[in-house]
Order: sequence, then structure tokens, then C-alpha cells
Amino acid sequence: MIASRTQIILIAGTLFFTGVGLTLYKVIALGFPLLPGEYREVWTIESKINFSPSGGPVEVDLRLPENLAGWVILQEHFASSGFGFTVIEESDGRDARWTRQDLNDPTTLYYKLQTYRPTSTPLRNIPERKIEKVPLANDQLAAMNRLIGLLREQSSDTESFVRSLVREFRKPDDAQDRDAQFLLGTFDEPKTTILLEVLAYADIPAQKIRGIRLEDGRKRQRISSLIEFHHDNRWTIIDPSNARLGMPEDFFVWQRGSDALLGVMGGQDSSLEFALVSNRLPAKTVTGMEQRAGAYALLDFSIYALPVEQQGAFKGLMLIPVAALVVVVLRILVGIKTSGTFMPILIALAFIQTTLVTGLSLFLILVSAGLWIRSWLSHMNLLLVSRISAVIIVVIFMMATTAIFSYKMGMHQALTVTFFPTIILAWTIERMSILWEEDGWEEVLKQGGGSLVVAVIAYVVMSNEVVKHLTFNFPELTLSILALILLTGKYTGYRLSELYRFRDMDTHK
Amino acid sequence: MIRFTSPSKLKALGMLGMNERNIGFIGEHNPRKYYPLVDDKLKTKATALKHNIRVPELYGVIKYQFEIADATRLLHEYDGFVVKPAQGSGGKGILVVTGHEDGLFRKSSGATIDSAEVRRHISNILAGLYSLGGRNDKAMVEALIHFDPDMEKYSCEGVPDIRVIAFKGVPVMAMMRCATHESDGKANLHQGAVGVGIDIASGRAIRAVQHGHLVKQHPDTGASFDDLQIPHWLQILDLSSRCVAITGLGYLGVDIVLDKLRGPMLLELNARPGLAIQVANMAGLMHRLAAAEKIASQTDNHEEKIALARQQFAARLITAYSDDEINTEE
Repeated sequence: MIASRTQIILIAGTLFFTGVGLTLYKVIALGFPLLPGEYREVWTIESKINFSPSGGPVEVDLRLPENLAGWVILQEHFASSGFGFTVIEESDGRDARWTRQDLNDPTTLYYKLQTYRPTSTPLRNIPERKIEKVPLANDQLAAMNRLIGLLREQSSDTESFVRSLVREFRKPDDAQDRDAQFLLGTFDEPKTTILLEVLAYADIPAQKIRGIRLEDGRKRQRISSLIEFHHDNRWTIIDPSNARLGMPEDFFVWQRGSDALLGVMGGQDSSLEFALVSNRLPAKTVTGMEQRAGAYALLDFSIYALPVEQQGAFKGLMLIPVAALVVVVLRILVGIKTSGTFMPILIALAFIQTTLVTGLSLFLILVSAGLWIRSWLSHMNLLLVSRISAVIIVVIFMMATTAIFSYKMGMHQALTVTFFPTIILAWTIERMSILWEEDGWEEVLKQGGGSLVVAVIAYVVMSNEVVKHLTFNFPELTLSILALILLTGKYTGYRLSELYRFRDMDTHK
Repeated sequence: MIRFTSPSKLKALGMLGMNERNIGFIGEHNPRKYYPLVDDKLKTKATALKHNIRVPELYGVIKYQFEIADATRLLHEYDGFVVKPAQGSGGKGILVVTGHEDGLFRKSSGATIDSAEVRRHISNILAGLYSLGGRNDKAMVEALIHFDPDMEKYSCEGVPDIRVIAFKGVPVMAMMRCATHESDGKANLHQGAVGVGIDIASGRAIRAVQHGHLVKQHPDTGASFDDLQIPHWLQILDLSSRCVAITGLGYLGVDIVLDKLRGPMLLELNARPGLAIQVANMAGLMHRLAAAEKIASQTDNHEEKIALARQQFAARLITAYSDDEINTEE
């Protein structure tokens, strides 16, 4: 007993001080801020080029982004196993080129970059381009001219002309002008390209701006296009997806102009996809990255070294040890009863997605409705596995009902109901229901309430900015948490609940 | 205002806490490999019989769903019986039938149920509804216990049972759990059953506690606990200390019932006995466990261990009761 205790204390001590020591090293020697301070939102964009070889030598060209509209590229990284790789500087920008003599299997090439936007600046004013019109068939030309005439009648200047054109193209099919519908139908091109054609025939110089709509955690984002048109000696940007003017906030500008982004020779079925993740990095770190773009030793120790998709997953994962510590403390030191050891953590994770108030009310609605239906199921005398499976289906059905009903009522936040773990909910309902039958509703309230209290505390801790900052930037602190959990596992003192339970023991002496 | 007591007071009283119990006693003295023996009542029963420890008679075991219909028909032939899950915990899933009325089964509470309900109950047992971890289980049918008439007045709608905590073969603390109307015939103290602390030396009641408060008499039957003397007390001590030897578990809760005809019988064993016994006795376990450890190191003799325990854990002067007085029925 003594030996195992000393052992635990030694191990826990080593783990604890390793964690704290590494953290201090990073804070003092490498300049990581211990507390969240001024932050920059840094986006990591991982581009994946997928293609299948069609025989013969392969050459893949990717136009690389430049610092445009205030975006600053901090780091770039290329993965090109088995390929020859060069970056070619051209007069109008840079191209990455992967080459290989022969290739048999479908392949993915990677290009990762980190970027942030210190200031939002407008695009440079460049001279207008010469208008190039695509030759049209007679009926297309007639439709084009009629459409342009109609839009001109409706608009007062170039800007309003372009806006009504974009709006016309966004209408559902049956509400569209017949000529617009005809043009969209006969061209075998994306809408944006047809838009540019119409603008060309209306003698308005215009071009595409290609880029990425930034959404944290998106895995398979595609390239999007904006349109900019020239009038009164300046360029104006319009978003074809909503007809709004100006550069959207969450748009990373990759390329200005209508040239192709990706060229694959000797390959087919090529596609370009982006995985996106946003990190809040301390301003100081970002400046450092900017200065020493390329080789930044500090980041090799952190989760930032991982591929982007995994970074997103680890953001949440690193919070779970903290939640586990909360459960350990509340159960062993305080003595709160919960239904299922780690069920509160799963509920807390769901709360992070749903936000607290919505999550709590959804949970209560689902569990009480589930208990009601379960009490009816218990009359049917089913075998256990079938009964729980039935409860799972009922839970899914209730989730759908809640989502649809609240959506119709205009309460969009209830749609997050899908983040609740279905199986866990079903088991919770099953257990609560048995508890109710055997030990009465008081015990259900006690254990259900206990679970919720633990879940809420775990949620509050996990959504704390300082905790998020520490776990993500100093993953070695998890070792210290492990040490605390090990030590708690050897705690033989009284629980807080026992100080209450045995409170009358001394009075009867 | 919620009132808490201080850890130092509890320490002085020698109260055993849940963490200390789990690490210092269960973890230390109860090897995991012996758990199946106490968690499965069929195995407990077989082992007990092998060592000549009396247990309630086993009428039969139902293992598969298809056997339920036939078995339920056979149940009509017994006047009274008890159906329980072999691996149940905390007294869950126990159905007590005391007789028949117009082809229906009469439960101990007086309510009647038909055979469909009995079949459903057995089916739930087999599906693992009442068992640890929800594992598939077996249902066992046992003979009904005929309470000792002296004990009957101390219980309402349920069996009064005696829980003895034995540590390394030394009986350490004992209580009787009396079901009340409020506890719905169940012997769980937190549901409102009365816990009666029993003197290890004499088998007499020390004090009775309901919901953590002292009571003088049974709330339903009105029987005064002052007069309570558990019959066959020496046999009970003997039985519980022998259980430690046959299970290999150092720290054990032994549940015993008294049958009118057959005397003390082993009902079940518990490798994780709860802490409520301390409330019923208004005394902590820690000091006694330390003393028991010393006794066990002094002697290996079974009789001596019991004698020393009776001497050291006596609540009143032991000379006040002679052994003859305690064992008048023998």
C-alpha cells in the first residue's frame, strides 16, 4: 500500500512537473503568451488536388495565391511525394508545377498555406481589360440583346444594371425572364461565366475574382468566384450568390482574373478542394511567423504541426481531459451522483455545439418526452435489446420533430439538436426509467440533476477562453491533468457529501 | 441552511468514507477474481452448501426464455416462493409470492398478480434488467422464508435481514434492516427502512435509525426495538466469519435471514458492502476494522476470533448476558 502510494506520487509528480515545465519553457524561452491576449485569426487552408492519371507523363499546374486585398500569406507548404516540383515565377504571378513521367493510381497533391488579414484593403485599381466577346448563335444573340435591352430599361447606371442582371440570374427557374432562362439553358458553362458573357455584350469590362469562402472546420470547400466590373474609372465587386456589392468579409482572395487556376496534363477527373481551419493565435506569434516565414521552430512542438483536418478535431479533443478532471473531482471529492460515469462529458460536448440554454432545454424536453414514451413501452413487455433499440428510434424521431417544429416556429437554434449523442440519450432514458420504477422519482431527480450539474460545470470549464487557450497552445498541460487525476485516484479522505450524510453522527453521542 | 460536519470529527469517530472503503478495503483485500462467487447467487449457494452453510432451498433455475412458460406452470405447485435474478444487485428484481388466490399469485404486500405478470418478470430477469451491467442473467426460484415469529413484528411487507460486516474472519459490525411501509417492503435504508444497530457481543439492539434519526419503535408495527434480541446470535456470528474463509474475500458484507424452522441462513454475500451500517450503529467502522486486523494477526482460530470480537466490540458489559441467555432456543 505504502509502496504503491509512493509510486503514484512519483509518477504523478514527474508528469505534473513535465507538463508545467514544458509550458514554462514555451512561455519564457519561446514567447508563447500564457493567457489569451490580443489575437489574430489565422486561417490554415489546405488545398487538395485530386486526379486520375490518363497515361503518359503528368504535369499539374496550380496558380498560387498572392497577397491581395489585405491578406498576408504566412507560410506555405507543398507535399509532392514522387513528383518533381518547382515554383515558377511568371510576370503575372507564381505557379506551382508538379511533374512525373508515369503514374498509375489516382493521386492527391497537397498545398497548405497559413494566412491572416491584418487590415482589410481594397484591391489595386488596374487598367480595364479589353472586352472579348464569345461568338454566339443567332437565337442566342437575339436572346442576349433582348435581355440587355430589358435590363437597361430597368436600370439607371452600370451598377444597377449589373445588380439587376445578377438578381435575374438568381431567381428560381419559373420566375426567370424567358431570355435569361434560354441563355442559361443553352450555354454549357457555369452561371458566373454566362454572367460575364452578358456583361461583355453589354460592353461592361468585367472579370472574375477567385477565392475561398472561409468557414471554420469545413473539409471539402470548393473555389468560389466573385465578379468585378469596371465603370467610372474604378472596379466594383459583386457577389453573384447574393447580389451584394463589395468584398465579403470571409472571402480569401486567391486570384484576380478569369484564367484557369488548375491545369492537369496527362490526368482526368481532376478536382480542387480545400480544408479550412481557423486558429486564434497571439498577435506576437503571428508577427514572428510573418518575419520568419518558412521555418518556425516554435510551432513544431504544437498541434499546429498537424494536418489541418486533424487540428480541428484536436481542438475539441484536448478539452476532454479537462472535462474528465471535472468529473473526477465532482465524483470523488464532492460525491455527486451521476447516471453513467462519463455521460456528463458527452452532454457537455453537445452543449458546446448548442449553447447552454438551448442545450439544457432540448435535453430536458428530449429526456422527459422519452421517459413518457418509455413508460408506455414498458407495458409491451419487450426484451431488453429490442426495447432500447425502440427507444433509440423514438429519440431520433423526437429530435427530428423538435427540429422541424422549432424551425417552423422560427427558432433556428433548436436545429442544433442533432449534436446530442443519440445512443447516450437512449441509454439515459432507459436507466432513468428503471430507476424511476425501482427507486422512485426522487432518485431520478437526484441522479439526473447530478448529471446535469456535472455537465453544466464541465461545459462552463470547457468553454472558458483561458482553458481553450491553454489546452490548445500547451497540450503538454494534459500530462499535468493526468497527474492530478492519478493523485485523486488515491484520495482516501471523506467526500463532501459524506460530511453531510454523516452530519448527525456526533450529536447522538 | 445545509449543515456539514467537519472531516476531523468524522475521523475521530472512525467513520469509514466511500473513497477509503474503495481503496483501503475493497481494493486491498478483495481480489477481483473472487467477485463472480459473490455476484452470482447460484455460485454463492453452491459454495455455501459445500461448506455446510445453510441457505434457502433452491427450487429451480430458469436460464432461457423458452423455459419460462413451463416453469411458471410448475410454480403453482409451491405454496410460497421467491424469484430473484442470480446476479442482481441492491435487492432489485426480487418477487416474493406468499400464496395463491383463485389461481392468482399473492405477493407479500397482499396484492395479487396473474401468471402473465410472473412470466414478464422472469423474462426481464433473463434479459438482464436487474443485473450488474445489464448482462443476460438467470432467474432462480427459492423457498419462501418463514420468519421467526420473534422477528415478524419488526418488519412490514418484507423480510427483515441481518447484515454483518466481517473483516478477515472477524465479525466487525452488525445491523438488522427492517422494511417499512414507506420503503415499500424493501430493506434499503435510504428508502426509509429502519436500520437497527446490533451489539456484536449479545445480539441485542443498540439503537434504531430511520432517515438518520433515532426511533424507538417500528413506525408501522409499533414494536419496540428495546426488546429486540436476535435469536441464534452465536450461529450468526459463526456463519458470517466462516464466509470470509470460503470466498477468499477479506472485507465482506454477509446478509442473513432467520427461518422459523431452519434457523439462520445465508441469503447473499456482498463484496462492496455499503456505509449505512455506520449510521444504524451510530458508530464508525475504522477503529473496529483496525482492531479486527489486530485480532486476525493474533490468532487463526475461528472461535477465538469471534470471542475476541465479542469482547472488544461489546456495546454493553458482556457479563450482563450469559451465552445461555443468548442461545435459549438451542
